[in-house]
Amino acid sequence: MTAEVLEGALEKVESHLHPEGSFDVDAHEVPTGREEIWRFTPLKRLRGIHADAPLAGTSFTASFDAPASVRADRLEDGSLKGVSGLVPWDRISARALAEAKSSLAVTIPAEAVLERPVFVTIRGTGTDEATAAHLVIRAEKFSKATVVLRFEGSMTLADNVEIVVEDGAQLAVVSIDDWADDAVHVGHRHVRVGRDAQFKHVDITFGGDVVRHDTTADYSGPGGAVEMLGLYFADAGQHIEHRLFGDHTAPKTKSHVVYKGALQGEKAHTVWIGNVLIRKVAEGIETYEENRNLVLTDGCQADSVPNLEIETGEIEGAGHASATARFDDEQLFYLRSRGISEKEAQRLVVHGFFNDLIRQIGVPELEESLAATVEAELAKNVLEGAQ
Amino acid sequence: MSTLEIKDLQVQVNTEDGPKEILKGVTLTINDGETHAIMGPNGSGKSTLAYSIAGHPRYEVTGGSVTLDGEDVLAMSVDERARAGLFLAMQYPVEVPGVSVANFLRTAKTAIDGEAPKLRTWVKDVNAVLERMNLDPTFSQRSVNEGFSGGEKKRHEIAQLDLLDPKVAILDETDSGLDIDALKVVSEGVNRFRERDGKGVLLITHYTRILRYIKPDHVHVFVAGRVAESGGAELAEELEANGYERFLTAAV
Repeated sequence: MTAEVLEGALEKVESHLHPEGSFDVDAHEVPTGREEIWRFTPLKRLRGIHADAPLAGTSFTASFDAPASVRADRLEDGSLKGVSGLVPWDRISARALAEAKSSLAVTIPAEAVLERPVFVTIRGTGTDEATAAHLVIRAEKFSKATVVLRFEGSMTLADNVEIVVEDGAQLAVVSIDDWADDAVHVGHRHVRVGRDAQFKHVDITFGGDVVRHDTTADYSGPGGAVEMLGLYFADAGQHIEHRLFGDHTAPKTKSHVVYKGALQGEKAHTVWIGNVLIRKVAEGIETYEENRNLVLTDGCQADSVPNLEIETGEIEGAGHASATARFDDEQLFYLRSRGISEKEAQRLVVHGFFNDLIRQIGVPELEESLAATVEAELAKNVLEGAQ
Repeated sequence: MSTLEIKDLQVQVNTEDGPKEILKGVTLTINDGETHAIMGPNGSGKSTLAYSIAGHPRYEVTGGSVTLDGEDVLAMSVDERARAGLFLAMQYPVEVPGVSVANFLRTAKTAIDGEAPKLRTWVKDVNAVLERMNLDPTFSQRSVNEGFSGGEKKRHEIAQLDLLDPKVAILDETDSGLDIDALKVVSEGVNRFRERDGKGVLLITHYTRILRYIKPDHVHVFVAGRVAESGGAELAEELEANGYERFLTAAV
């Protein structure tokens, strides 16, 4: 089903949660910060990418490591822009798509089952000039693969990642923002999930000054399933924002979202917006979204807003949960009553809080290093002064 | 040697209607190697006694003293108390999601001993204890108390008692919610602990049932925040036959 057919078949839903998109940059006004979709974001720290700053920067290196069956093509004709059904719904996405000079297309051939993950690593080497990038990941029919996107170093990046999971394919995309402290990354990811296809998105955010990810999913056929897992750790002064939109455009589809974050230090700020729309056509669907934040110190702010719009009552299940809390005194008491010091008990609780999620990633070679990164983050604050 | 001495302990909790006194002067000495049972009706303050000794922040000590081998327990933090040799088996053990039993036990053992246990013998020790408590070896990979049945939680508490080897164990209604098989396993675990040299046990219970398996040296009836009467095992038999009626009327 092509994008046009899909859009034509669906009713228009009036909602502030997902403004109408356009490829035309001028159709998107420069945000002021008062708009619903921008009200949490510190625009002043975006180095102008939301306005008119050039996006032609080249201060980065990209590396690609994949099994031989995976195709990587660089296309400069713009033919892949919007291939996943992405229609930019904000100015940064529209600008990044318009100004990206080429598209990197990673294709997993039909029925290929990859024995190891594909790694795409972007390493920034400077923040002076902002960069636009466009990546397309396509898992052809009945293929099975994991693609890991790693973001490192210093950079100002606006990117669109378009993902197509064809019928019966199983794709996991693991995105790791492990930037240096001065990076700015505004990323848009859109996935179109085919009939009976499975897509897992794992979004891990540790580094950067401002990181904002808009991640959206829709379905081109019935039976598709989306799982979105998120893990973030905001330190002093850091802004990490995740805006998710699960658009149930087909019957019998599933979406399951769990994002967990920890905050520590003065002015650490996290935002999680979880939007789900169940359209009239989407009968028999199941959706669940959950966001949990652990506030480790004073002076942090965690915003968490789940939204569920339901246009049909014929569904299997729909639910959401959001919780932002400090350490649970009973947990700490239990651990300390076994001789474990307060700091060590806190470390264990945070370790457990994330470990639950890390275990679900399903990429063993990443799980260990992620657990280690969580420990390193904790060492910055919670563990300070520990025995 | 281990002596837990509680003298005139007074404890209050803060409620919406202001502070409420729960323990009104508790005096009790558990000498080297003794097992004391504290029995009492609901709301008599039995659990408050247990949690106050362990140092739960909800309970405010307003008077009296608690010492372990002469050391001032009330001056210690929660974890210092545990490292000094106190252990509280809780009535409602707390879930710690994502932290495996193996990780938890090793971390606790390291904290108590002041050094990490020898890896080779430790795994063997843990497995042996789990087996004695009738817990599957895969149990150590599960998250602490998460999804445990009532019986598993209590057996896990006693497994910790075995491995951490404190001087004095306080068992807060460890028998509640256990079927007879689980009760026997738990009692055997406690009895193995008692067989070690000089271990003290303070066994808090609502029912006399567990006292058929764990024979106390002393029995105290706890009513309205105080010890109303102390005696030997025969006092438990009297409670079994007549209930708490006599003590409740006396307290009014």
